[in-house]
Amino acid sequence: MVQASLDGILLGILFALIAYGMALQWGVMNIINIAQGDLVILGGYIAYTMYLAGIHPAWGVIVSPIIMFFVGWALYKLVINKVVDRDLFISILATFGIAIIFQQLMNFIFGADVVVAQSEYGTTMLFDNSVTLPNSKIFSAVVSILYAIALVIYMKKSRLGRAIRATAQNARAAKILGVDTEKVYAATFGINAALCGIAGALIAITLTLHPYVGLPYTVRSFMIVIVAGLGNLPAVAISGMGLGLFEEFADYILGTEFRIGAVFMLLVFILVYRRFKLSKKREYLK
Amino acid sequence: MNKLTKLFITLISAITLMLSSISTSFAKVDGEYIVLGAAISLTGKYSSNGVHTQNGYNMAVDRINKMGGVEVQGKKYKFEIIYYDDESNPKRAAQLAERLINQDGVKYMLGPYSSGLTKAIAPVTEKYKIPMVEANGASRSLFTKGYKYLFAVLSPANQYLEVAIDLAVEKNGGKPVRIAQAFEQDAFSQDVRLGILDAAKRTGSEIIIDDKLPKELNDMAATLAKVKATKPDVLVVSGHTKGALTAIRQIAEMKVDVPMLAMTHCDAAKLSKQHGKKSEYALCASQWHKNLSYKDKFFGTGKKYDRDFKKEFGYAPPYQSAESSAALLVFKDAFERANSFDGDKVRDALKVTEMQTFYGNIKFGPGGQNTAKPMILFQVRCKGDTCENKVVAPTKWASDKFFHPIPKWSERS
Repeated sequence: MVQASLDGILLGILFALIAYGMALQWGVMNIINIAQGDLVILGGYIAYTMYLAGIHPAWGVIVSPIIMFFVGWALYKLVINKVVDRDLFISILATFGIAIIFQQLMNFIFGADVVVAQSEYGTTMLFDNSVTLPNSKIFSAVVSILYAIALVIYMKKSRLGRAIRATAQNARAAKILGVDTEKVYAATFGINAALCGIAGALIAITLTLHPYVGLPYTVRSFMIVIVAGLGNLPAVAISGMGLGLFEEFADYILGTEFRIGAVFMLLVFILVYRRFKLSKKREYLK
Repeated sequence: MNKLTKLFITLISAITLMLSSISTSFAKVDGEYIVLGAAISLTGKYSSNGVHTQNGYNMAVDRINKMGGVEVQGKKYKFEIIYYDDESNPKRAAQLAERLINQDGVKYMLGPYSSGLTKAIAPVTEKYKIPMVEANGASRSLFTKGYKYLFAVLSPANQYLEVAIDLAVEKNGGKPVRIAQAFEQDAFSQDVRLGILDAAKRTGSEIIIDDKLPKELNDMAATLAKVKATKPDVLVVSGHTKGALTAIRQIAEMKVDVPMLAMTHCDAAKLSKQHGKKSEYALCASQWHKNLSYKDKFFGTGKKYDRDFKKEFGYAPPYQSAESSAALLVFKDAFERANSFDGDKVRDALKVTEMQTFYGNIKFGPGGQNTAKPMILFQVRCKGDTCENKVVAPTKWASDKFFHPIPKWSERS
């Protein structure tokens, strides 16, 4: 039980990081990025490439976001800027296309083998060896939290951060007040890609990498954002951990085959519940 | 439209015309060539094993052609293969099979990679009565449908790990064991599971954990937590390369102590290389190993095949390549015995195949599966930091003793 809870929380923190990136660019640009998971995997492959070159893969959490920031920036300039003001449906299609291209490119460059990077961090034992915590998972949770804190401070204090928040609230007003929204969008997408890069590097050392496993990460981050709402970091963190916990427990109690099913049941339940609450509110207004 | 575009269009249409005329001139036997068709996953998620398959086919074609080719009615013929990329997609594979047969006029087929794709192609070859020798579809359901033109050189999936349960019972002094198992939800892994269920029933063993791993999952911590709590005698995991890599990583991280760990796809996952010492003592099912003592006159022994393959492609042959090479040997043998290019005569000859190749003995059962070759088990053993796969069962081929039980993590360095 303790084991499942700890595993769930550590996994959930990682999900929350990816979801935060998604919430950020969804909130600012009104784009649902289907390629989110594939950006994560690409980040993972950057760390894996370093590992192959003999560098410790943990350095990937620094190198990978830097590279991924520019990948995100370039993606924005190439594709996203053409769809950013359009219908939500068009942006979904565009990012879906990007996802497919990324998968095939990764398959082409890195091959279709499942790969792992070894961190050799060992394991921490608790309660007389009955509970084990892989240090690599602890490392990934700590790194995620540090980056999340750094990002929150950056958003609050820096000029760009304020510009991003202003644009999120009202893009037109921000533009009138002299914010270069074009630049803000590019930076937001870059930051999102960088967050994916960090998460990817962490996944390389805790889980496994394969060119085609991006989608589950997209789906999970999508869910977390739906539950938590846009631009609400604490909620994203909590619902991320909640999802991780829920998954592990569903797995432990119901069996692994129901894990994904349970997640979707939860999604449906939450959406229905929200609707129910909303309709109550509407009644007051009437 | 400017001149350059016009010229370009003319050029393109000329090339297309030329290509289309070439492809129609192919027939089952073209001059001195016997043309075989194959849809192979050169891109997509099966592309690495697809390439292993293609390399195996190519190696055998070269070798057979170099050593005199195929003799039919006193004339020497050479093999040639038309490949298409099926993009790891069953639908595409079925389309390509139609195309090979209808447009390219192929009369004999080689199998694709994986059970799923073979399942997609088999109905097509059956419909057109095209004999297909396949080397990479092990799913049991392929052999229960009554296909008459399908022949597989490999052992069916349910046999993969049955031996492991027998071995566990033997090590337990002949008493039944407690089994924990986790299988991916796909045709192949579920067949492996059926094999374990059979073995459990036969030996009176009890299955205490029976988890299914979703395809997209790369985390089995919950299953392993249950394993830790229930302490089974054997842990069986099968979920392609991802399953093997995930299992080893998390077993090592969570320090799960089980006396015996049996898996599939260890060599495809390059376990001993990717995970090194963490993978030590893992027991793996394999169709083939270079140390087996089978031989034939084209490739010699398994060891020689290993050397030649390394020289040609620069890496050690996984069993997927070896079994693919064997498929060509089977075809050659069948053509010569049929002494004809008639599809049904070739099929009849295939049906009574009984031969030894470097890959193993081949004799087809009523469903088309190979019944003459046992599965082998190897165990990952390490010396210092280099780890190797050592054959431990069946005893006839064993190069090393089976190490049992696996030492506890606290005792491992």
